[in-house]
Amino acid sequence: MLQIDLWKRIVIWGLCIIGLFLALPNAFYTRVEGYNDTKAGLISAESAQDSFAWPSFLPASLVNLGLDLRGGAHLLAEVQVEDVYAARMKALWPELRDVLRAERAKIGTIRLQKGAADQLRVKISQADQIAHAVSAVETLSKPVVSLSNAGARDLEVTSDGDTVIVTLSEAERALTDQRTLQQALEIIRRRVDEVGTREPTIQRQGARRVLIQVPGIGSASELKDLIGTTAQLTFQPVISRSGNPDVDPGYGNEVLPDLTDADQFYVLEAAPVVTGEDLVDAQPSFDQNGRPAVNFRFNPSGGRRFGDYTADNIGSPFAIVLDGEVISAPTIQSHISGGSGIITGNFSVEESTNLAVLLRAGALPAGLEFLEERTIGPELGADSIRAGKIACIVAFAAVLVFMVLSYGLFGLFANVALIVNVGLIFGLLSLVGATLTLPGIAGIVLTIGMAVDANVLIFERIREELVSAKGPARAIELGYEKALSAIIDANITTFITAVILFVMGSGPVRGFSITLGLGILTSVFTAIFVTRLLVVMWFERRRPRTLEV
Amino acid sequence: MRLRLVAKNTNWDFFGKTKMSLAVSAILLIVSLVSFLMQGLNFGIDFRGGTTIRTQSAQMVDVAAYRSALGQLNLGDVTISEVYDPSFQDDQNVAMIRIQAQDGEESVSADIIQNALAALQGEAPDIAFVSVESVGPKVSGELVQTAALAVILAIVAVLIYIWLRFEWQFALGAVAALVHDVLLTIGVFSVVQIKFDLAIIAALLTIVGYSLNDTVVVFDRVRENLRKYKKKVLQDVLNLSINETLSRTLMTSVTTLLALIALFVLGGDVIRGFVFAMIWGVLVGTYSSVFVASVMLLRLGVKRDWSKPNAEAGTQVPQ
Repeated sequence: MLQIDLWKRIVIWGLCIIGLFLALPNAFYTRVEGYNDTKAGLISAESAQDSFAWPSFLPASLVNLGLDLRGGAHLLAEVQVEDVYAARMKALWPELRDVLRAERAKIGTIRLQKGAADQLRVKISQADQIAHAVSAVETLSKPVVSLSNAGARDLEVTSDGDTVIVTLSEAERALTDQRTLQQALEIIRRRVDEVGTREPTIQRQGARRVLIQVPGIGSASELKDLIGTTAQLTFQPVISRSGNPDVDPGYGNEVLPDLTDADQFYVLEAAPVVTGEDLVDAQPSFDQNGRPAVNFRFNPSGGRRFGDYTADNIGSPFAIVLDGEVISAPTIQSHISGGSGIITGNFSVEESTNLAVLLRAGALPAGLEFLEERTIGPELGADSIRAGKIACIVAFAAVLVFMVLSYGLFGLFANVALIVNVGLIFGLLSLVGATLTLPGIAGIVLTIGMAVDANVLIFERIREELVSAKGPARAIELGYEKALSAIIDANITTFITAVILFVMGSGPVRGFSITLGLGILTSVFTAIFVTRLLVVMWFERRRPRTLEV
Repeated sequence: MRLRLVAKNTNWDFFGKTKMSLAVSAILLIVSLVSFLMQGLNFGIDFRGGTTIRTQSAQMVDVAAYRSALGQLNLGDVTISEVYDPSFQDDQNVAMIRIQAQDGEESVSADIIQNALAALQGEAPDIAFVSVESVGPKVSGELVQTAALAVILAIVAVLIYIWLRFEWQFALGAVAALVHDVLLTIGVFSVVQIKFDLAIIAALLTIVGYSLNDTVVVFDRVRENLRKYKKKVLQDVLNLSINETLSRTLMTSVTTLLALIALFVLGGDVIRGFVFAMIWGVLVGTYSSVFVASVMLLRLGVKRDWSKPNAEAGTQVPQ
């Protein structure tokens, strides 16, 4: 008959209480948020107000508000991994040249051909010795360390008539992509962290993309300036200066423009002496003339290379190049041994500070292309929250009234379950750290409407069973028993669509699928267990002879 | 006295006018199809790339003035529309501006936004951009694919689930209702030309879920009644099952609609299209679970013997 074991009752009430306990902080959102920020050090302890006080024994995790509710910037960037292939090839050239020069007696003179950026094409004068040249180049190739491609090597050397063609192998490309993405993620994270905002989201998406969401930042273009700059710093030997951008640089060299003077170009050796990767620190400072500049320090190996180079080339100019533009090209006055130096240029104080931040965080290994950007103003988010709140309350009230009108006392039981249900959704959302978006609010409202469905199914069934006059207890029991399969089937099918939405969707749509999915779980729980327990408890006290549902 | 949406023991014949209900569905489907072919959907930037800007100003929105101000910038196709909402304050005048994807660029450049802001400030000095969203053609193409794939996947997954839990005739009936609902929803978006964006796909999938919910409840009762009344004609069993579940079907639809209408009226203009899709979906879904899914099931016929398969000698595999 209608009996529920004590331990089951305790578990059911326990789960409800835990859920509501977890949901509690959301009722005091600003207060708890202030408390959390103070704890995380985002707000200094002095400026923290008394209104941010929150008892430490209570849970303090909140539902995250999505960008559409809080305001902020969203960027989807694609990492241009081809940049890395090109850079690898560029860096390989001096080594390759040395290897082929050693074989000059056999293969004759060598000449670097123009070709795609991700390959090196070297023409040799003794075409019949091409096989020898290929095998000589192959000595440069190293084994790739990866699980899926055992035995693969990093370079692929082929020939086309009298030309040796060197590219990165498939395995090496895959590995490079992987590494590049990880580096890009790490560097973007560091740069965003330097600005110090609350809970930025920096996520990898697919093979080449990075999703960046920063709440509270003014606009997406601000964010783009911060993370979009590659900040690739190199020190390259200067061969000549020119006013003509189309001057033929000769092989192994490149022409780069001046950062400030549009008519000034430099012919530089393409292979850098030292790169920004060897930097360990960069600070904004001033040069001896009091103009803004950036001080930097190399790590020991970079410092040694830089020292050796300056010792050998006193009197000749070298260029400091940032993202393909020459910042300055001073002449080496003396041997620079300490591994530190200063970059001067036509900087404003702000620019030098920014450059220092970018150099310190490290260069992006490759450029970023922005595929999607969204800026949502905080006031729009606040409007949406306000409207969503009112709509939720009205929807809630309407459903509560309607249920009582339709089912009387049993409607009241369903309403208690509904209130518990919404509490549980917020508790779960806080627990898993999910993000609430505007469609997510719609998901909750929809759940309010649909959550009563399970109860309706049961109550209607009880009504039917009462007609067969089996007495109230039996009718209630049969009602729950027979409605179960419909409830389970109906909710599993809806849950399937929620899961598909979660897997395939992104951003706000995903937020919707989370609330919808959690809503299904909690509504089934409350309908099957909570209302049943309420009904049973009421029945035990009253023992009614007749039942009106 | 209890509020009842339908009388206590209804005994309505849902299949007497099958021809008429099928005709209604067919006409609606044809209207949807024609509208879809003639004027297509009003795709948002999620699906065709471009930029939308939401502006806000204390001054009245003057669409013509905005248009001429932006016209000087050579941005290509620019659509401007004023937005109304009962929740706006008196000095809150909102417009949505949509700019087509610019050639050779994935997302919008900061310059374009700056120029647009400067141009519009000539018309309304206090104008501010409340939100700026820009999606490149590369991503929007992929979003279309993923969205279509999601809807198809959901339908297939559901087909399989119902097939496992019931019989293939039930699965086909349910899926016919689903496709009916999804097509009609896309159709209404085409007829009314409401912005069709990613959130609408979420709404479509919810409709899939909801319509199914309804259909499954009816089918569950059909299965039960098929076991109970072994001799009854299929049409009568279906009719009985629909009548028995009718009260529940309407109750759930009404509570869901109550909640959704509250959201539609009070939830702000940002999600109104989304909520509209769901309201439409609930209406169509309730209709289709009776008039499409069950009619389909009736046409397909169904295996009547739901008792455990008895071991017939001929089909048994010798051990």
